[in-house]
Amino acid sequence: MEPIAIISIFVLAVFVGFEVVSKVSSTLHTPLMSGANAIHGVILVGAIIVASHSKTNLELGLSVAAIILATINMIGGFVVTDRMLEMFKGKKKEAK
Amino acid sequence: MSTFVYDLIGLSAGICFVLALKGLSSPKSARRGNLIGALGATIATVVIFFYAKPESDGTPTSLPIDNLGWILGAMAVGTLIGVPAAKKVQMTQMPQLVALFNGVGGGAAALVAIVEYLSLGTDATTAVVIATVFTVVVGCVSFSGSIVTFMKLQELMTTRPVVFPGGRFVIAGTLVAVLAVSGWVVVALGTTPLLILAALSLLFGILFVLPVGGADVPIVISLLNAFTGLTVAASGYVLDSTMLIIAGTLVGASGTILTRMMAEAMGRSLFGTLFGAFTAKPQEASGAAEERPVRSGSPDDVAILLNYARRVVIVPGFGLAVAQAQHTVRELADLLIAKGIDVAYGIHPVAGRMPGHMNVLLAEANVPYEQLAEMDEVNPTFGQTDVAIVIGANDVVNPAAETTPGCPIYGMPILQVSNAANVIFLKRSMRPGFAGIENELLYDPKTMLLFGDAKASLTKVVSALKGL
Repeated sequence: MEPIAIISIFVLAVFVGFEVVSKVSSTLHTPLMSGANAIHGVILVGAIIVASHSKTNLELGLSVAAIILATINMIGGFVVTDRMLEMFKGKKKEAK
Repeated sequence: MSTFVYDLIGLSAGICFVLALKGLSSPKSARRGNLIGALGATIATVVIFFYAKPESDGTPTSLPIDNLGWILGAMAVGTLIGVPAAKKVQMTQMPQLVALFNGVGGGAAALVAIVEYLSLGTDATTAVVIATVFTVVVGCVSFSGSIVTFMKLQELMTTRPVVFPGGRFVIAGTLVAVLAVSGWVVVALGTTPLLILAALSLLFGILFVLPVGGADVPIVISLLNAFTGLTVAASGYVLDSTMLIIAGTLVGASGTILTRMMAEAMGRSLFGTLFGAFTAKPQEASGAAEERPVRSGSPDDVAILLNYARRVVIVPGFGLAVAQAQHTVRELADLLIAKGIDVAYGIHPVAGRMPGHMNVLLAEANVPYEQLAEMDEVNPTFGQTDVAIVIGANDVVNPAAETTPGCPIYGMPILQVSNAANVIFLKRSMRPGFAGIENELLYDPKTMLLFGDAKASLTKVVSALKGL
């Protein structure tokens, strides 16, 4: 890809990242951090890419380890965030 | 699948991540936001199995992709570890689990970069090598740093800042070595230098987090989270994946802002948090502490005090979480309200082990949202408060933060419970709080201490109150 395209994507994504979380109450700091944490678990995609073209045992071993770690990060991250947010939901149920 | 379609699907995953972060920023849409994020990640993961990147000369590689069994097996193993851990963890241990998840993510990014580097060999362009070096360094720092924060939060090691003589020179030396070896990797392009670099970065991650005091750990977790995001973006560059660049950059940028907001909520400059320990001196041991008189009371004393109060502010802390006493505290509050007493919960933004920890906990016990008062709201009212009841909190009410320059929490905004007419501390012991600082308020004549597990103590107070 053209370097300028990559730089553009990067810079614009930085601004979007800044903007979307600029107003958030401290109540949600923890779930937000946890959710963002789960999102970077998509490094799993990168791990699958390198695993799929691993030629040597060393490469395959390292990429299998990377897949395991990334899966823990991604799936575990989303599940734990959901559990945190579930607690907030309980409140509404009683209000009904 | 053509590269164009693949990239388009990657972009839709990126949009999901933006919507996820947006959703997570507001209480109403938070849960949906998280699910949208999960959807984006699922899309991105599934589509990779149906796309084989063409060779650089344009010849398409064949599907299914190589090593499919290994890949699916590894994903199954990761799921079998990650899901039970996330499902079974108690609310009190959630912060360290997030730290751990972040660490393994950083480790995964570093491994991905190392493997790609090994397979590219001498074909790698300088830009790719630089991105690889960045991913390996920051990924390893995030990995080992997160492990240390995990150990601190799990209290597998001391929660106090670990400062050793000459520590700052060791840290600075390690950093210089990391930079030097980074340069070496870029110039010499070898496997050995890269592995040395990984080892040095792991060491730096440990040294970087060791001097951070317990109360500042959440800020460091957030920062390392942002770091991991940036490594994912860099590995996206190495692997030529727009989706990874977008996802990683989003997390890196939002994580940086979040880290700053957390630091502000605690009244710390980010710089001070991270480098304060460089100048910190070990606190003088307060050996005389145990001999000083404190006023400890019985559950009946507490019940009587509460019964005749007009306004009561409940200040929950980590002890409440440990004792799982959120339902009991609500019972107490309901009882007081039934007696016509004005009750509010004073929520410090960083009470517990993470910002928002108390809100989550009390929400679990269905405490009405209107009763939760943030620090700025509740502080001016302590003057008219008859009883402030502090349940398993310490550092967030410690007046030393306002009166003792040089103490580790100096400058952190606190809940000014010392302005209330009476202060009741429910504590397990005289042990200082997470930051490891003595609390003068415990020795104040208007303070009454009720020792024991928060849940057991509260249960006794509730039954004493019913008997009045």
